[in-house]
Amino acid sequence: MTTTDTTAGAEPILSVRNLVKEFPIKSASVVRRTIGAVHAVSGVSFDIQPGQTLGLVGESGCGKTTTSRAILHLQPATSGEVLFQGRDVTKMSKGELRRMRRDMQIVFQDPYASLNPRITVSEIIAEPLRIHGLYGNDGPGQVAELMRLVGLNPEHGNRFPHEFSGGQRQRIGIARALALKPKVLVLDEPVSALDVSIQAGVINLLEDLQDELGLAYLFVAHDLSVVRHIADRVAVMYLGKIVEIADGNSLFERSQHPYTQALISAIPIPDPRRERERERIIVQGDVPSPADPPSGCRFRTRCPLRMTLSETDAARCSAEEPELRDRGLGAGHLTACHFVEA
Amino acid sequence: MTDRNPRFDSGEELLAVRDLTVTFPTADGDVQAVRGVDYVLRRGEVLGIVGESGSGKSVSSLAVMGLLPKSARIQGSITFQGEELLGLSERKLMSVRGKKIAMIFQDPMTSLNPVYKVGFQLEEAILAHNDIPKEQARKRAVELLEIVGIPFPAKRIDQFPHEFSGGMRQRVVIAIAMANNPDVIIADEPTTALDVTVQAQVLESLRTAQQETGAAMVLITHDLGVVAGQADRVLVMYAGKPVEIGTVDDIYYNPRMPYTLGLLGSLPRLDADRAERLTPIQGTPPSLLSLPPGCPFMPRCPLAKDRCAEEEPELLVTDTTDHSAACHYSALLAGKQADEVFSHTAEDAAMPESYGAEIAGVTGEVSAAAVEVPKPNTKGVS
Repeated sequence: MTTTDTTAGAEPILSVRNLVKEFPIKSASVVRRTIGAVHAVSGVSFDIQPGQTLGLVGESGCGKTTTSRAILHLQPATSGEVLFQGRDVTKMSKGELRRMRRDMQIVFQDPYASLNPRITVSEIIAEPLRIHGLYGNDGPGQVAELMRLVGLNPEHGNRFPHEFSGGQRQRIGIARALALKPKVLVLDEPVSALDVSIQAGVINLLEDLQDELGLAYLFVAHDLSVVRHIADRVAVMYLGKIVEIADGNSLFERSQHPYTQALISAIPIPDPRRERERERIIVQGDVPSPADPPSGCRFRTRCPLRMTLSETDAARCSAEEPELRDRGLGAGHLTACHFVEA
Repeated sequence: MTDRNPRFDSGEELLAVRDLTVTFPTADGDVQAVRGVDYVLRRGEVLGIVGESGSGKSVSSLAVMGLLPKSARIQGSITFQGEELLGLSERKLMSVRGKKIAMIFQDPMTSLNPVYKVGFQLEEAILAHNDIPKEQARKRAVELLEIVGIPFPAKRIDQFPHEFSGGMRQRVVIAIAMANNPDVIIADEPTTALDVTVQAQVLESLRTAQQETGAAMVLITHDLGVVAGQADRVLVMYAGKPVEIGTVDDIYYNPRMPYTLGLLGSLPRLDADRAERLTPIQGTPPSLLSLPPGCPFMPRCPLAKDRCAEEEPELLVTDTTDHSAACHYSALLAGKQADEVFSHTAEDAAMPESYGAEIAGVTGEVSAAAVEVPKPNTKGVS
């Protein structure tokens, strides 16, 4: 299979194959018939190696969060496979799912909404241990250790979430996710709600935790600068599909897909001289509705490359969907565009 | 500096804010949201105001627009072309607001009225300050939409805000702001709610708006990347005070306040190598309810000395006249990089050895024999 993303080396700890997630659109009448579907994720495949970070980037509505939810079976996938250590998450029974979640945990975006405001921080961190029957006599000790691990003072365990700042709350969320000693952590925009000076501390913490504990991360974010900093491999999503996937440096230095190029060029760099010299690729228009995605290549309606093509070539963009495959760069650099062959 | 924008070097002073303080009385005591902001905006220049949430950057510009709630106590002076705006009657203020000084708000979803067509809202802004026939206002409205880059403006003008995407709405807001050729545009986080590719479009529209009207602009943002590309001068705020002001190059290449340096060091950069470690600023900003004496940044500052706890530093000129910083030890920062001053820690995140060792054993097993699915985590379950 050419569309799958295979990196030579160790067995992947998590493999996603042709993941599809559709949300039905119901009519407004009394009989709520299904009259269409929002194609949130349309056939996404990738692998994550143990101890590695895959960055999943894209703009709002591209399906990156839905992908992360489907992987944990928080929202069951419509079709496709999610293989965790070789076993398919989408076909697991309730009991198996619960066991799987010991190894795969999630940290949510909003540190204000994702912590129960009515229970103390120690209780929040102890909750996963209790649910899985692991909260024994050494429970309080384990919780204190987890708090130390994420840079919180264990003496503050009897405080409530509102007594902590945003960055500290995100650390609580991370401690809770680490309580069961997972192997994979899904991080859904973990730093985008934080101020920059705080964000850097959490990023450093995530890097340290990965080094110390050998965790694999799926790092979902819209901020390419953060992803560049933390990810080993990066997948760029557009309208439910991966348009380009490659190792970090390869993606940022040799990007092939016009969307990736536009995305990279749109990121402001905090360096006035470089900013003045930079040429921006400005993409026209907005992302089309995922309820009615364009035929063929989904980016064709906004693609700056397509505007330079001959009529027959441009027709190919709307007729034929480009395959995500190696387009001459090697090293696992896969691109879904007909006209970028290196 | 050769590449510096010469437009504003000899420009007249349009807006001058002097020693502005804003206090909100609350049940818990007075919140000093702004504590002495000073800046001058010259014709044609773009002044970036940066700071984290709660640094007072928005409140200080709302004060300029006279949009703060009545409960706020405002002191100091805000003059526009020599005329004092503070204490001006609402009627007089209305002739300035929207005409001479226009504002663009952060959230385009809430700054447009959902029950009126976009055209009506544009015409309303034009007719409020100009005695012209409605048809003419409509023509101007179409023209404005075209300038900010909205396709099919003649058709789009009769649509409601919900028929526009976020980026389009923000461009409508920009069009409304430039409707009366203002002298000053205040943009408060104009692109924060938008995706990056849309942000690039909106920043372009904003540039066009500024060039078309020749207006000076105050660009308020927390994004140091946006400021680098847009601003001529930068004002950095912390805990309600300006802590550094200077040309964009001075601020980015020669910061003289540890906070500015720390902010730059904590930014992950698209053009930097992955291996480069970030240098976060430890701790959190102080509560504006009870600020201790001394420098507000002292508890987070790696350079802090006894003097910093006692005496709040003033904003003083550094080695170039248009670059000022509020730090007793700003001279020490000359030519320093962020990682020479700040440490690379993940904030007192000490790794207890026991935990790490245990987990390291587990993952070692996994990568060696993934098929066997070892279950060391069940330890402790009976």
